[in-house]
Amino acid sequence: MGLEAVFGDTILTTQIDKVVNWGRKNALWPMPFGLACCAIEMMSTVAPRYDLARFGAEVFRFSPRQSDLMIVAGTVTYKMAAVTKKIYDQMPEPKWVIAMGACASSGGIFDTYATVQGVEEIIPVDVYLPGCPPRPEALIHAVMEIQKKIDTESVIDE
Amino acid sequence: MADVSTIGKKLKQKFPQAVTKVKTFRGELTISIDKDYIGRVARFLHSDKATDFDYLSDLCGVDKSRLDSSDTFEVVYHLYSLKQNHRVRLKVEIPASNPSIDTVTNVWKTADWHEREAYDMYGIIFEGHPNLERILTPEGFEGYPLRKDYPLKGRQPNSLREVYRKGEE
Amino acid sequence: MTAATTQQVMTINMGPQHPSTHGVLRLILEMDGETVVTATPQIGFLHRGVEKLAEHKTYHQFITLTDRLDYLAPMSNNLGYVLAVEKLLNIEAPKRSQYIRIILCELTRISSHLLWLATHALDIGAMTVFFYCFRERETLNDIFEMAAGARMNLSYVRIGGVARDLPDGFIEKVREFVNDFPARIRDYETLLTKNKIWLMRTKDVGVISAEDAINYGLSGPSIRGSGVKWDIRKSEPYSSYDEMDFIVPVGQTGDVYDRYNVRMEEMRQSNEIVRQAMDTIPKGEYITDIPDVAMPQKENLKKSMEALIHHFKIVTEGICPPVGEVYACVEAPKGELGYYVVSDGTKNPYRIKIRPPSFVNLEGLQKMIEGRLLADVVAVIGSLDIVLGEIDR
Repeated sequence: MGLEAVFGDTILTTQIDKVVNWGRKNALWPMPFGLACCAIEMMSTVAPRYDLARFGAEVFRFSPRQSDLMIVAGTVTYKMAAVTKKIYDQMPEPKWVIAMGACASSGGIFDTYATVQGVEEIIPVDVYLPGCPPRPEALIHAVMEIQKKIDTESVIDE
Repeated sequence: MADVSTIGKKLKQKFPQAVTKVKTFRGELTISIDKDYIGRVARFLHSDKATDFDYLSDLCGVDKSRLDSSDTFEVVYHLYSLKQNHRVRLKVEIPASNPSIDTVTNVWKTADWHEREAYDMYGIIFEGHPNLERILTPEGFEGYPLRKDYPLKGRQPNSLREVYRKGEE
Repeated sequence: MTAATTQQVMTINMGPQHPSTHGVLRLILEMDGETVVTATPQIGFLHRGVEKLAEHKTYHQFITLTDRLDYLAPMSNNLGYVLAVEKLLNIEAPKRSQYIRIILCELTRISSHLLWLATHALDIGAMTVFFYCFRERETLNDIFEMAAGARMNLSYVRIGGVARDLPDGFIEKVREFVNDFPARIRDYETLLTKNKIWLMRTKDVGVISAEDAINYGLSGPSIRGSGVKWDIRKSEPYSSYDEMDFIVPVGQTGDVYDRYNVRMEEMRQSNEIVRQAMDTIPKGEYITDIPDVAMPQKENLKKSMEALIHHFKIVTEGICPPVGEVYACVEAPKGELGYYVVSDGTKNPYRIKIRPPSFVNLEGLQKMIEGRLLADVVAVIGSLDIVLGEIDR
């Protein structure tokens, strides 16, 4: 942010950390990278019963340039790999990634010629979420894990 | 459902050389057709009032090399008639060394993508197809994945080298 | 303005990451101003190699993969495949399991149509419908969870029957839903059917004639919207559908609005089928008792040594159907879902070809869009109700 260059790791920057992290973690703007089955459970998570808005992360933006949390929901294939990378690159820093479901985490049951064995081969992943597909509660838990992770970050690291 | 057994006889009368085998298994009629006749047979079955196969349900390739070690491919057509409510399966054997066959897109437009898929998966060339390109596999994919000699895990990540994370962590 | 009057044709890329392409469909649009000159769909972004994988699985293992084709209607996919294998084995599931299959298939049809309505309306700009539809979908997911243990990918059908009997309280829960649901559909209809914006966006948009629809191989609500009265549940009844009393709704002009109406009516009909099936469900076995092919009943595993042995053999070795080939099709929510299974007598299928309805329906897109406006593209895609999982396989 520029301040850290002047003040270093002092009380001023740590207090700024708190404010900035508080803002970031409670207003995540997810980029729903819905590829397959998991995308439907992702939609259920935003829908009335599970209501992701309670966690401040309901503003799904299909434009990567407006988002800071990428939820890779579904099987990443080789044909889609380049697109995945491009979309990730278009997101502004700081950004986080949830690999939702078995396919995004590890390739899942699709151990074939066409499937990338886990999205971490292409982009860095912060939270792996198992399940085929994971329940909406699990996705909420993943978002909470991201929030916890944000809390530990510092503006100095950037 | 109408009686389908007459279709084989009828086809045999019309094209004596075309029909190589007629078989019924589990109530499904399968007619094997000679490769050179598929265009004419398709047109006849489509236009004839008694058969009236106005609907192409499915078209796919089969690699027969491990089934009877014959080194042939098979193109399988599943036809359906909305008016007569009957089905028939046509099978055409083509050699794996020169897998080419006439297109049926001029009879059923729906064959377009089916044929592209068969081309993509087996490398079967459909002569006269308007736009015979790969449909499912990524650009630059080599080989034909559904052929029996293609390995299940035959990944081709080389074409995507630049999107991979290099030396991170 | 038409293409003839201007020279400038602009190419626009739509997708594969786009909110209104229902997954990872990519369209390459050649535009003349706001008018679409050609629309070329590019698919394969979700091609996972299911058909290749099938050749390396046993017949029972493949059931799990069918769920992930059309993940909005997993039961229909399970059923289509299992019917093909049952045809190959020449066996029939017990009456009770057929009824259970009908109940769950029709509930998934409602569930699938609800998701279609939610996203289709969202694409055209009606957001409220999305929340309403997901409310009902959650109830349905609870019902599926009771029966199969999973919310979405059920894998509930087994060769020769279903995985387990309906649990206690299931029928009551479904009855509650079935009684409520007609009022819910009325809710959606008050929001949309006579809504002026909705009419302007859907009437006379994406028209396809009956002849073209047949020639392009459309099926399901997409062809019935054009006035072709063809439903596989009626024309080639499977799984005791001939004992159900329902009508097949058809449209007239074949535009987006007609397809909308057809699907809305289908939800009502499905609701009635579920009611009938629940009223007349017979008692009896839920899976057939043929030790070599069908899984033994779960309860017997704890009591019977033979059941345990058969279960072990089926799970570890699989089943070996006779040499032959069959094609079985069902009326999935999207249309004709066919499975062509070739057996060489071993435990792995030699070849499985899936005939996905969405794949073929999408082919008609080009015909429907040409000459229309860019804003109509999302309306037409929505009205085809495509699922990329089964298009790309």
